[in-house]
Amino acid sequence: MTEAATRPVTLPLARVRPLDPPEDLARWREEDPIRPLAYPDGHQGWLVTGHAAARAILADPRFSTRIDLLHMPIPQRAAQFRSTLRRPGFFLRMDPPDHTRYRRLLAGQFTVRRMKRLEPRIEEITRDHLDAMEDVGGPIDLVRAFALPIPSLVICELLGVPYADRKKFQRDSAVLLSLDSTVEEVEAAMNDLLDYLDELVRRKRAEPDDDLVSGLATDTDLTDEELTGVTTLLLIAGHETTANMLALGTYALLRNPAQLAAVRDKPEVVEDAVEELLRYLTVIHIGPVRAALEDVEIDGRLIRAGESVTLSVSAANRDPERFPEPDQLDVTRHAGGHLTFGHGIHQCLGQQLARTEMRIAYPALLRRFPGLRLAVPPEEVPMRTNMAIYGVHRLPVTW
Amino acid sequence: MKIVADTGRCIGAGMCVLAVGEVFDQSEDDGTVVLLVPEPPASMAGAVRQAVQLCPSGALSIAESPEEEEQDAGDG
Ligand code: HEM
Ligand code: SF4
Repeated sequence: MTEAATRPVTLPLARVRPLDPPEDLARWREEDPIRPLAYPDGHQGWLVTGHAAARAILADPRFSTRIDLLHMPIPQRAAQFRSTLRRPGFFLRMDPPDHTRYRRLLAGQFTVRRMKRLEPRIEEITRDHLDAMEDVGGPIDLVRAFALPIPSLVICELLGVPYADRKKFQRDSAVLLSLDSTVEEVEAAMNDLLDYLDELVRRKRAEPDDDLVSGLATDTDLTDEELTGVTTLLLIAGHETTANMLALGTYALLRNPAQLAAVRDKPEVVEDAVEELLRYLTVIHIGPVRAALEDVEIDGRLIRAGESVTLSVSAANRDPERFPEPDQLDVTRHAGGHLTFGHGIHQCLGQQLARTEMRIAYPALLRRFPGLRLAVPPEEVPMRTNMAIYGVHRLPVTW
Repeated sequence: MKIVADTGRCIGAGMCVLAVGEVFDQSEDDGTVVLLVPEPPASMAGAVRQAVQLCPSGALSIAESPEEEEQDAGDG
């Protein structure tokens, strides 16, 4: 281990190339896949950039996701998180057995088979939005016309949230995910969203409908407060992530015409293409983060109880020891084993829904508009380096 | 080969179902793993091993029967 490798660094977000993680991460992964990281609150913790180590830590019960134990690697995030995410129902930030209770109640709603049943409706929603794009004509912002509305409508229907109220929750969740938001803004947005969903939960309890929130209200022992928390988590996690994958994925394909043609013309590559886009783009560009509950030794590094560990899955997904030619977008490779949905007991609950949406939406878009192209030079597309989930703010396209 | 599934650990992520839908299913109730074919034929061994490896919660493992182990070693 060299002297330089042990010096604590801070987590970089700025990118030289918009589709590649910050360059330092690749260098650090080579030098030392588990290295000291200086956290903005003064904490001395760790940064993991290697695939094997990140995967091992994510699966290790000696590491916690409890918000009261975590230090955040990004200054704004630290304050934002502390004030908002320690609530009933936010099981992403719970350890077993609390986490297990929620996960058990929900996993049956997100099985591979359940998501298959949603396919016809997702196809229909996709078609409707493509029709609307065709009516309006290019140039058009693909984020607003396609990438954001499709997953938003899908999660609304699944949960039973009126889509007519989307302006409200889309705005609130954008504030919650922006690294530029102040703590006050984040608190206001969170309270606003919780108030709105609290009322929805009460309504569903009184008059249950045929949707997920009604089902949880009638069939489980979740309190109103817990159910509101769960609904908030699902609503935010359920639309922003997939929306960014759809827009950023289209941008990546537009910049790689041969890959785009394969996704458009060869139905048999779509499944692999979605996994590869998930790996290559890794829209989760900060963390996940864990805290050690006891002293843990990994690859000769001693992580002490209480120390935070940032698992850079964007760096891990470019680890050449796991994926040959990792910086190459290759939609025909088998990218299974990527960490974009996390790993371990918190691995994304909504991943089969996200996969279903992407497998339908990418090829449908590319087939409807075979001449799809950027309406601005690629370097003018504004990237979301200032958001908790990476992607593009806007994607002006035409055809 | 015989698959051992620990539903107590399973978090219902569905990776196994995606990998080998003929062998794994999920309960409609709580999403946990259901073995459709607890002792899959040798022809599926590779795919099943991959599913075990992909499982995020460590809920799946494989108990080889002694003859198969020998056979595996023989194939080397
Ligand atoms: C491409 C889209 C998506 C990506 C990249 C993604 C990514 C992730 C990641 C990395 C985690 C684990 C975080 C951690 O370990 O700290 C996670 C958890 C979670 N995701 Fe997703 N997600 C996506 C779509 C969705 C959708 C559509 C839903 C909702 C239906 C959803 C709901 C959740 C929930 C509830 C959790 C917490 C699970 C738990 O703690 O057990 N996600 N997601
Ligand atoms: S992959 Fe593992 S956690 Fe997921 S459903 Fe199968 S057994 Fe359960």
